[in-house]
Amino acid sequence: MRDEIVLATHGLTRRFGGLVAVNDVDFDVKANEIHAILGPNGAGKSTLINLLSGEIPPSEGQVLYRQQPIQGKSARQIARMGIGRSHQKTNIFPRLTCLQNCELAARIHMGGVFGSWRSRQTAQKVSERAQEVLDTCQLNHRAYTTAADMSYGEQRQLQIAMVLATAPSLMLLDEPMAGMGREETAQVTDLLASLTDRYTLVLIEHDMDSVFRLADRITVMVDGCVLESGPTEQIRTSEKVRDVYLGRHDEEAIA
Amino acid sequence: MLHRYPKRAAFIMLILTTLIAAFPLWGEVVFGSQANFILEKLTLMLILALFAMSLDLLVGVLGLVSLGHALFFGLGAYTLALASPDFSPASMWWMLPLVMGVSACVGLVIGVLVIRTKGIFFIMTTLAFGQMLYYFISTSQFAGGTDGVFIMFRPSLELGGSTLLDLDNPYSFFYFCLGMLLVGYLFLRWLTRSYFGQVLDGIHDNEHRMQALGYATSGYKLIAFVIAGVMAAVAGMLAAMQYGFANPAQLGWHTSGEVLMMLILGGMGTIFGPILGAFAYEILLYIYEHTTTHWPILMGVTIIVAVLILPRGIAGLIIAPPWHRKRQTSAEIVGKESKASVSAQPVTQSKED
Ligand SMILES: Nc1ncnc2c1ncn2[C@@H]1O[C@H](COP(=O)(O)OP(=O)(O)O)[C@@H](O)[C@H]1O
Ligand SMILES: [Mg+2]
Repeated sequence: MRDEIVLATHGLTRRFGGLVAVNDVDFDVKANEIHAILGPNGAGKSTLINLLSGEIPPSEGQVLYRQQPIQGKSARQIARMGIGRSHQKTNIFPRLTCLQNCELAARIHMGGVFGSWRSRQTAQKVSERAQEVLDTCQLNHRAYTTAADMSYGEQRQLQIAMVLATAPSLMLLDEPMAGMGREETAQVTDLLASLTDRYTLVLIEHDMDSVFRLADRITVMVDGCVLESGPTEQIRTSEKVRDVYLGRHDEEAIA
Repeated sequence: MLHRYPKRAAFIMLILTTLIAAFPLWGEVVFGSQANFILEKLTLMLILALFAMSLDLLVGVLGLVSLGHALFFGLGAYTLALASPDFSPASMWWMLPLVMGVSACVGLVIGVLVIRTKGIFFIMTTLAFGQMLYYFISTSQFAGGTDGVFIMFRPSLELGGSTLLDLDNPYSFFYFCLGMLLVGYLFLRWLTRSYFGQVLDGIHDNEHRMQALGYATSGYKLIAFVIAGVMAAVAGMLAAMQYGFANPAQLGWHTSGEVLMMLILGGMGTIFGPILGAFAYEILLYIYEHTTTHWPILMGVTIIVAVLILPRGIAGLIIAPPWHRKRQTSAEIVGKESKASVSAQPVTQSKED
């Protein structure tokens, strides 16, 4: 069960004009693992996530989700198949309250607007679910605050809460801790660590401490290509990775 | 919270509504022989308020600026005019569903075509459809060309053979329009606070995110477009009853522009704001027209000044009066400094209706 492959790509390529943002990437995610993607800015990590969530179509190659190709499906259809994602840039509904943000996310996967209208039970379940994810993300004291009035760190946490609210079987998180302070980063790392037994996660993250602590496997990307992919321990000690990526960034993080 | 306003707003609206509803009692005392004329003006304002409110669902709530909304207003007017028999009154029980049905069908067809566009392209496509219908109607024999169509008899409202409300009587018709406006308002108030309304707010804020969550946003936008169209058509039908004719001017872009100005003046996205906007616009129009022949300049200046000093219109003035705003921001700063957000919440909640 644990080794079941949830998502796999074969020769996935995406070009923007002459630029090859994602180049012939073979990549897979197993059930209940956290698979981190590392790489310098412009390596193609966000583009890869966009390909997986169907937000942009690939130039070549294939994405298989539970053995089924997702080619030609819209981002909306893929979302409804159980792939939830967060974006690198904060992407919430600023005029709605924190709770309403989560309710919108939960509702579409629990019978939709018309389901909530038809049955009181559904409506009840939606708001319970929303409360629950706010609890999980420690945002319940902010439930009735307008999202625009929350701090940046809280908005980033709300993003994760919204993905959780959709009860996805696969979560794609694009730099969930970008721009967060040290304390908030630690908090979100704890949160993500607590999710591992229930969720499968693809995580893009720059913070080395968090990645090495959380990830079961790591794929390192450089210039759109996979440099190396393997268990966390292997990447931590890899010469190749150290030279190309880690050497340029944060020596202390791996020391 | 969005679409929840301070009690003050409800209070002011209630007083104004009561004042208007009681006009037959005080009208003659204040305006003397002019009372009938004023009543006619008030009736028109009620109709235009319904029209402006319907546009608010698109512009204020959904964030789609339409410059072709008069298409539906005119459509309602022409549907009534063309479907009314020449020698006897039609029944309101048939006319209202007919107008709503026709406008819903037209709204569906046009909506499917325009709803995929955004921003300037939505403005242009709605404008184009409006002008197409304008051209079609004003050059068509059956619709009376530029002269329009006269309505010989106002529809009657009967129940079991006896007249329920004599719509030929200006006072009854006034109350009929007031009732329609109230129904329209209550409906939109319910809609914007419903689950459906929450989705519209989400689309307004961030349509891309809504799609990534799995919402078929086009479908929701289409439904809102049709609802707005149907409400505008009902307003157009009432206008045709009031004037006694349907005229191409009712569906031209000029009318679309005017109703947009009422919206801006009243405050977009608030539903009650556009009602105030329609009244304010018509009152200003009346005053300016009787002051100078160059009244469009005065009106233009008024709109520009209103946009500059009242970005959220008259409604914004009621929701957050300038003297209140200062107090609020200082309270907010205190709230943020001490991170006492927990204690701050019940206060804002209890303030909102
Ligand atoms: N929509 C786009 N159009 C053109 N170029 C793009 C687009 N999206 C990304 N790119 C380019 O693709 C490369 C990879 O970008 P991205 O996936 O965002 O990298 P990362 O997330 O690893 O920092 C960059 O050089 C970027 O400029
Ligand atoms: Mg990125």
